[in-house]
Amino acid sequence: MTHRKLLRTTALVAALMGGMAAPVLAETPPNMLVIANRIDDIKTFDPQESFEFAGADVSRNVYEKLVNFDPMDLDAGFGPQLAESWEISEDGKTITFKIAEGHVFSSGNPVTAKDVEFSLRRAVKLDKTPSFIITQFGLTADNVDEMVQATDDMTVSVTLDKQYALSFVLNCLTATIGGIVDMETAMANEVDGDMGNEWLRTNTAGSGPYKVVDWKPNESVLMDLNPNYHGDKPAMERIIVQHIQESATQRLQLERGDIDIARNLSPEDVAGAMEVDGVKVLDEQRGQIMYWAANQKNEMLSDPKVLEALKWSVDYQGMADSFLKGQWIVHQAYLPLTFLGALEDKPFGLDMDKAKAALAESGFPDCGPIKISVREAQERMDIAQSLQNTWGQLGCEVELIVGTGAQTLDRYRAREHDIYVGAWGPDYPDPNTNAGTFAANPDNADEAGNTGYLAWRNAWDAAAFNDGTLAAVVENDTEARKQMYLDSQAQFQQESPFGIMFQRIEQSGLRSNVENWVVGGATTAVSYWVVTK
Amino acid sequence: MTEVTQHSEDRRGPVLPPWLKKLAATLLTVAVTLLGLLFVTFMIGRVMPIDPVLAVIGERATQAQYDAAYLELGLDKSLLEQFFIYVRDVLSGDFGKSIRTGQQVTTDIARVFPATLELATLGTIIGIVLGVPLGVMAAVYRGSWIDQTARFVGLIGYSMPIFWLGLVGLLIFYGILDWVEGPGRLGVFYQGLVTERTGLLLVDSAIDGDWTVFKNAFGHIILPAALLGYYSLAYISRMTRSFMLEQLNSEYVTTARVKGLSERKVIWRHAFRNIRIQLITVIALAYANLLEGSVLTEIIFAWPGLGSYITTSLLANDMNSVLGGTVVIGTIFVGLNIFSDLLYRFFDPRAK
Repeated sequence: MTHRKLLRTTALVAALMGGMAAPVLAETPPNMLVIANRIDDIKTFDPQESFEFAGADVSRNVYEKLVNFDPMDLDAGFGPQLAESWEISEDGKTITFKIAEGHVFSSGNPVTAKDVEFSLRRAVKLDKTPSFIITQFGLTADNVDEMVQATDDMTVSVTLDKQYALSFVLNCLTATIGGIVDMETAMANEVDGDMGNEWLRTNTAGSGPYKVVDWKPNESVLMDLNPNYHGDKPAMERIIVQHIQESATQRLQLERGDIDIARNLSPEDVAGAMEVDGVKVLDEQRGQIMYWAANQKNEMLSDPKVLEALKWSVDYQGMADSFLKGQWIVHQAYLPLTFLGALEDKPFGLDMDKAKAALAESGFPDCGPIKISVREAQERMDIAQSLQNTWGQLGCEVELIVGTGAQTLDRYRAREHDIYVGAWGPDYPDPNTNAGTFAANPDNADEAGNTGYLAWRNAWDAAAFNDGTLAAVVENDTEARKQMYLDSQAQFQQESPFGIMFQRIEQSGLRSNVENWVVGGATTAVSYWVVTK
Repeated sequence: MTEVTQHSEDRRGPVLPPWLKKLAATLLTVAVTLLGLLFVTFMIGRVMPIDPVLAVIGERATQAQYDAAYLELGLDKSLLEQFFIYVRDVLSGDFGKSIRTGQQVTTDIARVFPATLELATLGTIIGIVLGVPLGVMAAVYRGSWIDQTARFVGLIGYSMPIFWLGLVGLLIFYGILDWVEGPGRLGVFYQGLVTERTGLLLVDSAIDGDWTVFKNAFGHIILPAALLGYYSLAYISRMTRSFMLEQLNSEYVTTARVKGLSERKVIWRHAFRNIRIQLITVIALAYANLLEGSVLTEIIFAWPGLGSYITTSLLANDMNSVLGGTVVIGTIFVGLNIFSDLLYRFFDPRAK
């Protein structure tokens, strides 16, 4: 080819590209919902074992629970689902559930009290990570057969070790672990007494609107309608969730119309996608909060005045407005907004004068070296760098110790950090979930190994909070209970070694014809069955 | 003296034919290499400052659940003991369970490997088909525009980050021009339509005669394969050029020209013939690199292959998967080495 010919060809290609610059739109079928999401955290679909975000999304659409949230009215709190009503015994320790007629598992078996009994006992006996949500009511492998009993085909009673706030118990039953499994199917697939655990890792046996028909780890989850679902037939007959790691790739697919929903768009891609016709962006407040915490084994960081100085020298709004734009909002209390008793007050802002004054009053006016332990995720690193900058202005020498999620978590659990920058998501939709982890520490000794408590991980005694946290879970007057959490959080903001900074906003990119998309707010997971397009 | 010889011959047992000896020696080398690889990877995995138990149970588990998982993983045993147990299991085909997917590592790898194999093979084919002629031409027309172009193409291949080129490629050919399909191996509507035989979608759909699926699968693979092909093209053409230059400068080429042979015959019959052997090694290397090193491409194109499997496993501290994947990659490297060695012998009479 001569030079001229080559030039001509290049020009031709360029012209062709210019002429075809308008994107060609594809479209997904009207009864099918195609979603791009990061789903590499799914380990199992067994509701009594699953404890990951993407797993909870599947579970909510496959398994029904005794009580559950209405996706169209999340603020209303839990309401009846498999249980049509419930009663509390006089001593307040036994709750008796009446099971509603007409619910049927995808296998065709009707949902009975025996299935409920089986599932709740199973949650305790399997003793997988989320089992504490149920066992915190005094249920053990030894007593659960006695405490959870189906008294007839449609009645099941649950007895607890003492009286708890009813809302606390029922909120816990809305968690993934409360999913009711088809006993007959599970036991037909039992291996070595595992109550079907191995089989239910990759298969589902629920009475919810959908059932999983195919799962390729790190690749896709396919759900079809449960033909026996008792409720209205959902508009979306098939749900396809594809694992797409990259935000830019998700955005391209969304703009092209190859997918209906993109769930992991970066702030830049959200801004870009908003400009495109046929695409809309939906914000939803979620339950995760972002915080820094100071290890109380470090003498300087256990000085209350130093902690105060650090809290005043954080650029909360600056971060929220810049690199976190739209995906985290400033929030300074341990309960996420929309939880019962969530505190909206934000007492701290960036005020270097106040910070310097507090530091001057402390035992460490020169500040000292601080090591921030942070995992190599972009937004965490950005936050840590901002802290490094503003704390540096106080005269503190700040070093970032960057590691993988596993490495930093190991250090955190071993109480080896100075400052840890992390995010925390509620385990179940009751205020006790975060109160119990942030504002309680039954035994601060190293040997206690109470790694489940964030207070313990920071070697913080939390003595002033322990009793209040315990009292709140047995308070049956909801208003009084709410006030207890409000008071606790206000005190926590001032005294604790935790600097809570942000609450998560999930931004979903949707094709503009998608309606009723609900990712679950702060309390639950996504609901596909109400979506229309 | 005789007796001693006799004695030593007795000890040697039956006399093996040379080819069998050679084969036995090769297999022994392979086994030792793989065992060494296994040992090093296993030890690195175990002494890394991260806790494998946490990967299993998550950060909310109680101490009792932690202890139970610790015992279940066999971490109470000594490192050496753990290693021997692991090797014993591997020999019986059991690579353990993946913590991340809850499935047998062998099942996982059987699922992800064909995806990588298909992508890397197509990528390498593209690299060979374009890279070898380009390299030859660049050497023949040294200093000409062809040579400059080849060098420029190579330079871009070396200096552009692959994820950036991948995204730009997606934007242009998928987003704007609509010439290729999007991320993933197959459109969602085509999944499960062909019988899974080899796991290679192009092959399986061709066997089934389902050309719609074939077309869709091809639309998905062509862009990432072209990208990988481009990267191996850069390497292959550069190596081809330098091999060819060496040959073209040698005396036998001058002699052939003086004898009046046509330029085509001189280049392809004489010079190229002599670089085939070197090229085989280069291509084997390029192929092996694509098989293990296409992680970024796999992530950009949501390609569910071995590279991204090993990487995400490593980040999640899922050591069984990492070890399983490493053994596969190691075996491929060793296998390709042996293969190129065999071809070497085949083409080079001196090696025989």
